[in-house]
Amino acid sequence: MTTTATAPVPTNKLGLTKQDYVGAKSTLCPGCGHDAITAQIIQAAWEMNLEPHNVAKLSGIGCSSKTPTYFMSQAWGFNSVHGRAAAVCTGAALANRKLLNIVTSGDGDSMSIGMGQLVHMIRRNVPVVYIIEDNGVYGLTKGQFSATADVGSTLKHGDVNEIQPIDPCTLAMELGCGFVARSFSGNPKQLSTILKAALAYEGTALIDVISPCVTFNNHDSSTKSYKNAKDREMPLQELGFIPYYDHEEMELADGQAMEVGLPDGSRLTFRSVGKDFDVTDRLKAMKEIHEAHDRGEFLTGIFHIETGKPVIHDFTHAIDEVLATIPQERVKPGPEVLEACMRELM
Amino acid sequence: MLTQASTSESVGGATLVNDFSIEVATVNGSGSQTANTVLMRTIFQMGVPVTGKNLFPSNIAGLPTWFQIRANHKGYKARKAGIDLMICMNPETAKEDVAKVAPGTVLIYDEPLKLNALRSDLAFCPVPFQKLVAASCPEPKLHKLVKNMVYVGVAAQMIGLDMIEVKSAIAKQLNGKQKAIDLNQAAVQAGFDWAAAEAPRQDHLRIERLDKTKGQIIIDGNTACALGAMFAGVTVVAWYPITPSSSVIEQLIDYAKEYRRDPATGKLNVAIVQMEDEIASAGVVVGAGWAGARSMTATSGPGISLMSEFIGLGYFAECPGVFVNVTRMGPSTGLPTRTSQGDVELCAKCSHGDTLHICLYPGNMEECFQFTYQAFDLAERYQTPVFVVTDLDLGMQNWASEPFAYPATAFDRGKVLDEAQLREIQDWGRYKDVDGDGVCYRTLPGTPGGKGAYFTRGTGHNPYALYSEKPDEFKATVDRLKRKFMTARTHVPKPVIQGPGVSRGILAYGSSDPAVAEARDLLKDLHGKDTDYLRVRALPFTQELEAWIDGHEVVYVVEQNRDGQMAGLLKEAYPQWALKLRNVLHYDSTAITAQTIVDQINAFEA
Repeated sequence: MTTTATAPVPTNKLGLTKQDYVGAKSTLCPGCGHDAITAQIIQAAWEMNLEPHNVAKLSGIGCSSKTPTYFMSQAWGFNSVHGRAAAVCTGAALANRKLLNIVTSGDGDSMSIGMGQLVHMIRRNVPVVYIIEDNGVYGLTKGQFSATADVGSTLKHGDVNEIQPIDPCTLAMELGCGFVARSFSGNPKQLSTILKAALAYEGTALIDVISPCVTFNNHDSSTKSYKNAKDREMPLQELGFIPYYDHEEMELADGQAMEVGLPDGSRLTFRSVGKDFDVTDRLKAMKEIHEAHDRGEFLTGIFHIETGKPVIHDFTHAIDEVLATIPQERVKPGPEVLEACMRELM
Repeated sequence: MLTQASTSESVGGATLVNDFSIEVATVNGSGSQTANTVLMRTIFQMGVPVTGKNLFPSNIAGLPTWFQIRANHKGYKARKAGIDLMICMNPETAKEDVAKVAPGTVLIYDEPLKLNALRSDLAFCPVPFQKLVAASCPEPKLHKLVKNMVYVGVAAQMIGLDMIEVKSAIAKQLNGKQKAIDLNQAAVQAGFDWAAAEAPRQDHLRIERLDKTKGQIIIDGNTACALGAMFAGVTVVAWYPITPSSSVIEQLIDYAKEYRRDPATGKLNVAIVQMEDEIASAGVVVGAGWAGARSMTATSGPGISLMSEFIGLGYFAECPGVFVNVTRMGPSTGLPTRTSQGDVELCAKCSHGDTLHICLYPGNMEECFQFTYQAFDLAERYQTPVFVVTDLDLGMQNWASEPFAYPATAFDRGKVLDEAQLREIQDWGRYKDVDGDGVCYRTLPGTPGGKGAYFTRGTGHNPYALYSEKPDEFKATVDRLKRKFMTARTHVPKPVIQGPGVSRGILAYGSSDPAVAEARDLLKDLHGKDTDYLRVRALPFTQELEAWIDGHEVVYVVEQNRDGQMAGLLKEAYPQWALKLRNVLHYDSTAITAQTIVDQINAFEA
């Protein structure tokens, strides 16, 4: 009998391997940016020791909305209707506040048909990591412009977009979203850090990830092609992340770096690259992003973070327990209550 | 002064004791609702069966509104055409109001309107309201509000209402606001005293004490639905305001604050969220139902139209949720403050593709309560959206009712597997029809153990909840959904069947019930026609209904819509009986009357 020595498969704090966080095989186009995002969701979920059974992964309709199938097969998935995962997620969150919610959406799903639900979800600060896999184009219906397409960007067949785009990030900041970031599917290190920080956040965390569509929007005259995004990307910060279970001191290299504590005990560190950008100054940050956009720059990084904001459960004034499974004797008032109600009506 | 009518038959008919109708024409927003409710409640307190119907405009203030009160010793609760006592307080509509009443009608009106110049065949009673108000109320800014209470006093004196009961009805209505109670009681007394001194007696219309309302409550259907939901342990509510359903949730909020607080923390054990629209409301209901909550919304037709995509998702992905539709008159915005049964088909087949939904049709206040309670059991048992279909007439009008019986049944949370059960099962599939009844076993997000997770989707799926485009698997899914729907036949409320056992049947549902009950008496007493009666209370149709239709030669299907929507569903389910179904329809936005039914049936048989 011979044994082959193999390196032990690394496990996280729950004893789960990264393999335990994967899902079904992707059916998206080979090279799709969305698959790179899925890979980082798996990485971040594994590193953050998410209990798969306590994760709800929800989506709307579109290429991006197919992705919950491709990660965490031991989590509960819900591929709902176009643009409206936000409401389904709100319902799930109200029913069971112990769930950790991840929504994957796209620019078509969130910035057009789903705009109404997204903005109101942000207003209510529903606990969710809301990822917009943003390629500027409708992929599943074969290449129409979406509402994030830049002015002057062209479709494969030459049509030029003349209508100004909607920026999901500045919109979310305007609405008071407490965690807003932009990343690029071609920047896995930054994306992974942002995802971990978002998973540690307590309210709505919105991440707009530029994710090139290799089939319909990857030509040279598109502003959301790999090449264009790679050439123009300007990361705002070098990000560091110290997970909640790690108590070691991180050395902050110079005076410009700052640290933000996250609700679960994790810590996020920033060191500005080039620009002086304050993630806690919402209005100033919005101005910077607008100006950078006008200059044709593609800023990535964490744009805004504010912890301690009230979430939807604070607005409903509901008990801290899981409402879905609260037993009958606590939610069905007794006969004496009905009698009292009847007496009032006599 | 009461002016005698000119023709002998106008006022000279027999005295109507405890059997007449009052209509009050006022201006919306003038506070007349309180006065009218006091008038109705006083008759109720005197033991005389009474119903009140508010014909109000889609408006906050300024447009005309009418309140109809029908007292009837036999307990007939339907609207009745014809007014015996008209109270004209709205100068804008006074001419129309005078023109529409029959000769001999008693007319109370504001003296300066000089309505006696318009006709000579009515019993006119001009009242100097301004003078009486000024004398009874020292604060001029309150004159407008208490003016309405003066006509209550005048009418009370003229039809023989007991002032003790009037004043107790005011106290009840104004619930502890002593200053308002004093003010209104003074105004009523001023009207009463004036009428006693100045208005000659009329003996045409009399209320005399009975004991037929003892122990009863006065309630509207929306409040009854709210109570049903509260006792059903609803835990997630998402809604968007829309007439005539808003008060379902508003009442639920009030009740929840009182009776659904966790004793330990003082927090609510229900989450109620006003959403941005009906689409989002339905999304929350589906998402919360999926995650295991007892979830609900209440809306009206336009809201159901908006929700239909999510309702289809709930149907196909099999997520429970309760949808209360307080139907108003459509299509489109239609008449938002008027009643209709025009959403029967919309609810039964809500959303694209082949869908069939469990629908409950309460016909009275107790059923609004019971069926809303039961809807949560059905939604969870069958893992599907369930509709409670009421209408504005049930939902927003005041009805006398026996007090509700406490729902003693334990909640049916349906086929939900927990961690231990999952451990025992070798081959679990979310959509596997293990029991052959079309109802599969589900799990709730958050269930530990690693075996319960599945992927919910609105796309084609196989028994293991995996994406599937295979034709045989798709067909198997929709066939199973039909099987599941048919299984519900054994759980939904059975129809109510009455009658001597004749070949002529009347089939109706919901708010048409009181009019049918009265029509059956009229058909028998005045036209010698016996009828059997079946009141449908749910979809899917049950075996009792099949046997009943089979046993009748002619079935008149009474509905408050243009197209005979319930008859259409019956014809689709039972094409073999299509020829014996005849439509008796009423759809002018008012509540149906017994006479409408009698006339249409007689016309068929002429």
